[in-house]
Amino acid sequence: MRNKRGWFAFPYVIWMALFVVIPILIMLVYSLTVEVDTAAGTALEGSLENFTGMTLYASVFGRSFLLAVIATVICLLIGYPVAYLMSREGPGFQRVAMALIMLPMWMNFLLRTYSWMAILENNGLLNQLLRKIGVIALYNKLTGSDIDHFQMLRTSGAVVLGMVYNYLPFMILPIYTVLTKLDHRLIEAAQDLGANSSTVFRRVTLPLSLSGIVSGITMVFVPSVSTFAISRLLGGGTQMMLGDLIENQFLGGAYNPHLGAAISMVMMVIVVICMLIMNHFGDGEGEAVML
Amino acid sequence: MSKELIRLQDVTQVFDGETVLDHVNIYFNDSEFLTLLGPSGCGKTTMLRIIGGFQTPTSGDVFFDGQRINNVPPYKRKVNTVFQKYALFPHLNVYENVAFGLRIPKEAGDGSKEKIKLSKEEIDARVREMLEVVSLKGFEHRSIASLSGGQQQRVAIARALVNRPRVLLLDEPLGALDMRLRKDMQQELKRIQQRLGITFINVTHDQEEALAMSDTVVVINEGVIQQIGTPEDIYNEPKNAFVADFIGESNIVDGIMREDKVVEIFNRRFACLDAGFEKDEPVDVVIRPEDVDIVSEAEGQLRGVVTAVTFKGVHYDTIVDFYGFKWLIQTTDYCPVDSHIGIKIDPDGIHVMKKSKYSGMFGDYSSYSEEYDEINDPTLVEVDEEGRDDEE
Repeated sequence: MRNKRGWFAFPYVIWMALFVVIPILIMLVYSLTVEVDTAAGTALEGSLENFTGMTLYASVFGRSFLLAVIATVICLLIGYPVAYLMSREGPGFQRVAMALIMLPMWMNFLLRTYSWMAILENNGLLNQLLRKIGVIALYNKLTGSDIDHFQMLRTSGAVVLGMVYNYLPFMILPIYTVLTKLDHRLIEAAQDLGANSSTVFRRVTLPLSLSGIVSGITMVFVPSVSTFAISRLLGGGTQMMLGDLIENQFLGGAYNPHLGAAISMVMMVIVVICMLIMNHFGDGEGEAVML
Repeated sequence: MSKELIRLQDVTQVFDGETVLDHVNIYFNDSEFLTLLGPSGCGKTTMLRIIGGFQTPTSGDVFFDGQRINNVPPYKRKVNTVFQKYALFPHLNVYENVAFGLRIPKEAGDGSKEKIKLSKEEIDARVREMLEVVSLKGFEHRSIASLSGGQQQRVAIARALVNRPRVLLLDEPLGALDMRLRKDMQQELKRIQQRLGITFINVTHDQEEALAMSDTVVVINEGVIQQIGTPEDIYNEPKNAFVADFIGESNIVDGIMREDKVVEIFNRRFACLDAGFEKDEPVDVVIRPEDVDIVSEAEGQLRGVVTAVTFKGVHYDTIVDFYGFKWLIQTTDYCPVDSHIGIKIDPDGIHVMKKSKYSGMFGDYSSYSEEYDEINDPTLVEVDEEGRDDEE
């Protein structure tokens, strides 16, 4: 009665049940069991072994969260000013800027990451350029070393760069949306009450764009922490992250879906906790994005 | 007695080639309640924004206390504004909204760069005092969204006044309130202004509100000041047909000034109180609907036929046809449609005005209002002046 068209949501409810709830339940079952050999072949047996054995991978957890946090902070530091300046320009500029931000997303994600490999390689575009303009020679002279190139690929820096590059639009867009909706009269009201532009920003614009910031952080942090392609391609195997670890359990040499499921569950719980803490600051608007 | 506080000197404002204010000269006295009155799009809000510092005039100067302030940003002006839709901060509660201005360190104003920061205790005392002035004690921790329109408006007033401005600007402050509340708030605003003794500059298109609250009314149309005066002056002695029509109801007819204190309308001479016109000068004559007495046909100075009667509670709005020109007469006597009546007008019921560019445009009740004609005319392109006013 409350909503007569409630049944319109029915297909989505089925979709959610089939592809979200049931898979999570399957993962839960997997994570709480191990395979044991019996006379009749293999059988499942309840166990917490998957979770207790996970301490081995503490460094992978640590690295994943650290790199994701760094990437998210950088995205915020770059994204907020961009969104802020965009929202203050005329509609023509805003349309062009928006198109430029969206443009890379029309290209395949892997392709873009491969391009970064070509740029960052030991003999890649960037190193060639640095060599040409003499930066490497200068560096050798100053430090007394004798290097031929900067090691850029296969570093954590490259992984963070890849994350920032790929997920920056997800930071800009929600902040931009909130800022364009901001009532200009509130800014005038603050000026009227004696606030100069920095005070206006600190006490009105920033607090009122918090929900956009929370959404942006969520949309950057969650894919960053679980990425595996970026860390594999740009980290070159030296920067194993949770995504790689999990993939390895399902498809790779370390085949153990039970452990993979357990790691996924733990990661999910940690991410949900992080997001709940974040949403506490931002009117809960980010929740919609998270789910 | 009262001294000049703000002066606009030869101020012109042009937006996209459209002149919104046209060489405006006006001054505002200290501690008076002044209302800028005019139809939407007349430039009154622009004038307020120029005083508030949100708009720099295209040409001309703004003086505050004798100093030119054209380029002084809003946050350095000793002026606070109550915005049209209040513009309260949604992320702060009532208390923090009011305290907003007090929490910002201000320059001492004696030329030194040092900024004065108020103590917590002083801020608290001033916020509570101001909440009491606007009768919002006990609402300190309520969120803005939980307040009614009238309460929000009080918060907006308190938020502006707590900074002890020299001038309070009010941009259509009562526009969003319902009728009853609006009447109450008119009293309230007047009371607050008298209690604090500072200048209030109010912008409205509601003539009743302007007359009820103001010491001085400034009537504006098409970016030009039409008349400045006390409410009584504006109502009783309108300067031209626009003012006469905009303030209250008026019958405006062509007349000829035959000699001092004698004006001729419809070829009949009427005694009036106006003098100082040329002999036989064509003039506009204003006769307020309530100044007309209905008498029997034989006794009347003019004779006409009733064409419509509307009951308005206190009186009847009676439309009477005199020689093809329709008058509005407000009377407590009921005269049925098609009855033949006469009217008498006392000399003080007649007001004579010089001809102006507005002559012949207003004051005839033979059709619906002009606005009504316009909205029924599909060839007219709608210009949403209210919306444009906002964007400025």
